[in-house]
Amino acid sequence: MGKLNELTISKAAKGLKEKKFSAVDLLKDCLAVIKGKNKDLNAFVTVDEEGAMKTAKTVDKKFAAGEKLPILAGIPCGVKDLICTKGVRTTCCSPILRDFVPPYDATVVEKLKTQDMVMIGKTNLDEFACGGSSEHSCFGPTKNPHDLSRVAGGSSGGSAAAVTANMCLYALGTDTGGSIRLPASFCGNYGMKVTYGRVSRSGVNAMASSWDTVGHFAKNVEDIATVLSVIAGRDRRDLTTPDREVPDYSEFLGQDVKGLKIGLPKQYFGEGVQKEIATAVMEKVAILEKAGAEVMEVDLPSTKYAVAAYYICVPAELSANLERFDGIRYGKKPAKEPKDLIDFYFEARGTGFGDEIKRRIMIGTYVLSAGYYDAYYKKAQRVRTVIVNEFVEAFKKVDVMIGPVSPIPPFKVGELVDDPLAMYLADALTIPVSAAGVPALACPAGADAAGLPIGLQIIAPQFEEGRCIRVGDFLERGQG
Amino acid sequence: MLNDDQVKHVAKLARIKLTDEEVKRFGKQLSGVLEYIDILSEVDTKNVSETSQVTGLTNVMEKDEVRKGQSTREELLACSELPVDGKQVRVLKTIK
Repeated sequence: MGKLNELTISKAAKGLKEKKFSAVDLLKDCLAVIKGKNKDLNAFVTVDEEGAMKTAKTVDKKFAAGEKLPILAGIPCGVKDLICTKGVRTTCCSPILRDFVPPYDATVVEKLKTQDMVMIGKTNLDEFACGGSSEHSCFGPTKNPHDLSRVAGGSSGGSAAAVTANMCLYALGTDTGGSIRLPASFCGNYGMKVTYGRVSRSGVNAMASSWDTVGHFAKNVEDIATVLSVIAGRDRRDLTTPDREVPDYSEFLGQDVKGLKIGLPKQYFGEGVQKEIATAVMEKVAILEKAGAEVMEVDLPSTKYAVAAYYICVPAELSANLERFDGIRYGKKPAKEPKDLIDFYFEARGTGFGDEIKRRIMIGTYVLSAGYYDAYYKKAQRVRTVIVNEFVEAFKKVDVMIGPVSPIPPFKVGELVDDPLAMYLADALTIPVSAAGVPALACPAGADAAGLPIGLQIIAPQFEEGRCIRVGDFLERGQG
Repeated sequence: MLNDDQVKHVAKLARIKLTDEEVKRFGKQLSGVLEYIDILSEVDTKNVSETSQVTGLTNVMEKDEVRKGQSTREELLACSELPVDGKQVRVLKTIK
């Protein structure tokens, strides 16, 4: 057996149950790799060694007493630092929240704690989840475990890098326009972006309320299914979570794909998408076709407008959501003594937010301001409707759609940081999926000539995460 | 293209203090983004309604009952760096 931190959730759970090792042993291996590698990767911004050790010991006691525990019991998990953890600093990687310690847990964290999760620490992200590279963090960028000169993707880059580097066995993230799928693709692991409303967002700092979703990263599809079964479902504290049954997602594992209709959106393989990436994804599609899936081209003609619609709708919602950060009820007060309350706001926000947040708040404020509301905001929301309808139409013909996650490979740290528009285009194929509010599972699809990971996404209709798992699991087994 | 005054006006609406260097830099970057989003004018949205949510939920109701919060008042007040005065956070004077 290799090091314990390299295990999947299911293997580690089995080992714990059979008392081959303890939860403390498992945690120690994870902590050792964090100590060794986090200086380079910068995946974790806070490590709660003491809290994690306390939980691990409790779990070990329960196992020793012969208690039957849930599969996630004693398994170390990383949590994106956008998600509130009671008593553990939650910064959103923003200067304004640098010392914020929430007095409550997000619902997802609370749910996982009832399963005896070992919360090992908080992972790096682009400030308030705004960015595609995890470079817009007040703690500095997360590096790609496959190549330290490159970004891990974003905004949940810390969680993705932590899972790939075996610092934890799974990790929580959020996805508003690609923030789970892009880093999963760049780091070469599995990332689940759920249907809008499938997982509660209570206690998760809001970016764009009509787009935000909470999901997770894991080393295989089985683990994705395990975690999803726990975190999905209705929450009274987030009323956008519909009262729909949560299936046992592990039932979708081990199935075949015979007769399954798979759509390939032609815009996802065309202009702007690197040939090597498109080819790698098509190789995986060929495996499915050989196994009896029916593959056909589908048309999502408004794909090219999604990024523009996103960069109106999302900053608009974000500029309203981030109004709450004024340094009064929480967050840093201005360092300089303000002369009045207005000055207090200007100072607290001017010094408390990083560049990308200032940019997005200003875009949002601009498109919502008098005279521009109809031309920008209303127009963008209508374009969103057009995009939604194209997904609805496509899913009348096919069961799932498959395409690349990112049109480009992981870029160099610093390469696009001052070119926001170029960075936004890395999300060109993930944003439309978010606009439609449908689920997608990012899966590894090999590597390019430089050895950098390529990722594909399996996109399903709303609340059909099970289909993503079925196809992803089939591909994973096909990979051997 | 946004000029300096427009950038300053937006920043004022958003209650964000900018340095002169930021006004210049953001002006250029925001202009680039605004220019790009003009691409939306190509989309025909006549007779299309706006999407503000995607799962079609309407009027989600809850029982009107008192529930215990996740945190106490003291815990929430302790999140502020400002002086706490009884049950409130003390801020600078708002009315002259």
